[in-house]
Amino acid sequence: MEVVSAVRTPLVTGGKTVGDVTHDICIRVEASPPRTWYMALAVSISLLAVGSYTLFYTLWDGIGMWGLNKTVGWAWDITNFVWWVGIGHAGTLISAILLLFRQKWRMSINRAAEAMTIFAVICAAFFPLVHMGRLWLGFYWVLPLPNTFGSLWVNFNSPLLWDVFAITTYFTVSLVFWYIGLIPDFATIRDRAKNRISAAVYGALSFGWTGGAKDWSRYESVSLILAGLATPLVLSVHTIVSFDFATSVIPGWHTTIFPPYFVAGAVFSGFAMVLTLMLITRKVYKLEDYITIQHIEFMNIIIIVTGSIVGIAYLTELFMAWYSGVPAEQYAFLNRATGPYWWAYWTMMTCNVISPQLFWFKKIRTSLWATFALSIVVNIGMWFERFVIIVTSLHRDYLPSSWAMFTPTFYDIGDYLFTFGFFFTAFFLFAKFFPVINMAEVKGIIKSSSTSKKGLK
Amino acid sequence: MANDLGIKVSEGNTVKLNLQVGDQIITLPAIIQPGQARGTVGLALGYGRTKAGRVGTGIGVNAFPLITETAGVPVLARFDNIQVSKTDLATRVAHTQTHHTFMNRDFVVQETTLDTYVNHPEHAFHRPALAASTELEKTLGDEVIDGKLKPRQISLWKGHNYPNHHWNMAIDLNSCTGCSACSVACQAENNVPVVGKEEVLNRREMTWIRIDRYYSSEKTAKSNRDLEVAAENPEVTFQPMMCQHCNNAPCETVCPVAATTHSTEGLNQMVYNRCIGTRYCANNCPYKVRRFNWFKYHDNVKFPDNSGMNNDLGKMVLNPDVTVRSRGVMEKCTFCIQRIQYGKLEAKKKGRPVMDGEVTTACANACPTEAIVFGDIRDPESKIAKLLQVKDKGEMQEIHEHRAYNVLEEINVRPNVWYLAKVRNKEENAS
Repeated sequence: MEVVSAVRTPLVTGGKTVGDVTHDICIRVEASPPRTWYMALAVSISLLAVGSYTLFYTLWDGIGMWGLNKTVGWAWDITNFVWWVGIGHAGTLISAILLLFRQKWRMSINRAAEAMTIFAVICAAFFPLVHMGRLWLGFYWVLPLPNTFGSLWVNFNSPLLWDVFAITTYFTVSLVFWYIGLIPDFATIRDRAKNRISAAVYGALSFGWTGGAKDWSRYESVSLILAGLATPLVLSVHTIVSFDFATSVIPGWHTTIFPPYFVAGAVFSGFAMVLTLMLITRKVYKLEDYITIQHIEFMNIIIIVTGSIVGIAYLTELFMAWYSGVPAEQYAFLNRATGPYWWAYWTMMTCNVISPQLFWFKKIRTSLWATFALSIVVNIGMWFERFVIIVTSLHRDYLPSSWAMFTPTFYDIGDYLFTFGFFFTAFFLFAKFFPVINMAEVKGIIKSSSTSKKGLK
Repeated sequence: MANDLGIKVSEGNTVKLNLQVGDQIITLPAIIQPGQARGTVGLALGYGRTKAGRVGTGIGVNAFPLITETAGVPVLARFDNIQVSKTDLATRVAHTQTHHTFMNRDFVVQETTLDTYVNHPEHAFHRPALAASTELEKTLGDEVIDGKLKPRQISLWKGHNYPNHHWNMAIDLNSCTGCSACSVACQAENNVPVVGKEEVLNRREMTWIRIDRYYSSEKTAKSNRDLEVAAENPEVTFQPMMCQHCNNAPCETVCPVAATTHSTEGLNQMVYNRCIGTRYCANNCPYKVRRFNWFKYHDNVKFPDNSGMNNDLGKMVLNPDVTVRSRGVMEKCTFCIQRIQYGKLEAKKKGRPVMDGEVTTACANACPTEAIVFGDIRDPESKIAKLLQVKDKGEMQEIHEHRAYNVLEEINVRPNVWYLAKVRNKEENAS
């Protein structure tokens, strides 16, 4: 069914056969992991441990453990939330939009990118939960549940409520999409299983997959339907997240440009995170034939495009502030660039506007080290973007009497580390127990017809 | 500014000074006071007490040893034999306000000169206007003047219906002396926790009404950086600031659980029991008057200064009509709703409506200059209705007093708190 043009460069190199694909991917699940994996997992779990300590005291003593104050009511919490949601977007874009556009190069990266989406959305959801003053009530009061409190109902005007719907929908669709994709691969592992435990576990996970034509037909249909469902989510989730700010009255937040600007920023940071993780996974698991330089280059091109959109958005914001003629609005933007948080603004500008432009050079966008370094730079920049939007807008708004500074505490940092600990622990466990590349789909894009390759094995 | 030692105070961060009078030396934190005469140091007596209980003991430095006697009379003001030297000791002073100028924002502080006010009262003040589209001009007709509309004339919202009362407050900036009696009265009336120095340093004081004190910037100041610095000889404005009880309240729309709602009497209400503490309301409050319970301030040994809520004796002084708020909820000025309810109930028992003056807030009650007036603007005979020159126009009341303005009128949140702009008796261009 999958026909690859002979003139195109192959997406999988090294003359891999269908059997090789199965072997290369399954061996990571079946064999005991390399020492580097144990080391990475240990680091992740240590981060999780430090984070658990600070999280415990944040929950036990109150949100006052953070550096927030009467003027700055959100800072690292919502910065981290928006940052993590953004990170997730690449996975959805790769699995949904690139599927609809029949971009076959997505096939070797979609599994890990989707896993990243799931874990990033969990990390993101952590912050709106923990930032609540009364989490023990808030976690279910924000849901429109029938209740015995009288006529109490949620406030459908509130963008935070829209967030609840946006994030839960996003998480559900991403999880289902990811899981459906895993079923044929789980079945492969089940069929190769040498002990009864893994046979039973992967057997249960594969939902009785037989590999028959009917199974495949349904699989393809469901994938297409889910891609259709997930596609609007790529645009809607971060649009709704941006409404948290755009619908407010605070200068620097009250901006109609936010939805497209946030979506572009999300894809931008998402691809950066995919690159960071893929470059490591590729190296540790020796997947150079599956995730080729071509993949990396394609992703870097997406980073140039989205990074440039973000850059234009920053400049448009400045222009609009000036053009509005509204003094408070003009001050908000001048204060970003020249006020006490100027360093955050210029970190953001350097990391997000200047650094991705380096990818115009083919040498840089095909260099592993440059890509790895820039992918981290972009993620630092995108964190600062959210920090700049949230903190510098709040800390000096309308009434100068309330102007204040925000300084993070150990607990701000620790709770952020908690999500890093969770994210990487989850990712490394995924990389051990789940097939990191979608075997079923990758088999469709290798040159299986080439008889000359058969003798190599 | 008369700061010859080059001390910079930022966010309360400063250094200590050695102050030597005769052979006595004391070391104190330095605060730069705009408008203070050159070459002078001001020092308050009454600090550094040793037996003043929890509130007073060990706070500040005792300045009495510096006082000498001349012919049996203590000399409080000294002009000779004083040496002031800067030390390297960094310290931080707990301020509730660390930015002192109003950045020439006439949407915050409005004032005029007596001459302008008497001769052209209608042009004396900043009145934001919106350019009306031709379409709006057609629909609104003669309400559009010179192609411009008042912010109040356009709204996304349907507005509220106030069938009985519409509580409003007027604050006269001319009368306010900045004495803070309102703030203290509010603290006592509404069981507002005393959070202590550490939390004030963290910018988390819980006051529901605060006195914003603004210095003017130099007349020549144009850039933001220059506007941030108070003038050498500043004019001072005191602006009591509390929840503005907006009719289009930005806090109400953003709460995911509808914990802050609008009453049928114009109050913006805070439902503590429903609040889950997302703080979105406080972020979206353009006046920054909402206060969050970062910790459990009552029954908590970590907040010994909050003696009204942390020991049995203190608790007997709490106002039984006002809820003590728990950790993790938002709170703010209620317009003393407990007093409003009490007043309405007493009137109901007598079988008549509430009369003007029967209901007032703790701040208005405490104000020695009667700068704060509270009442029902739907009652044409009320003091506030007369003060603001209220005219009923359909469902909304129109305010005709020229001095009356809303802080941030242009964002059209339609506050129920009116400020009467300051009129200074000075020459037009004198600073």
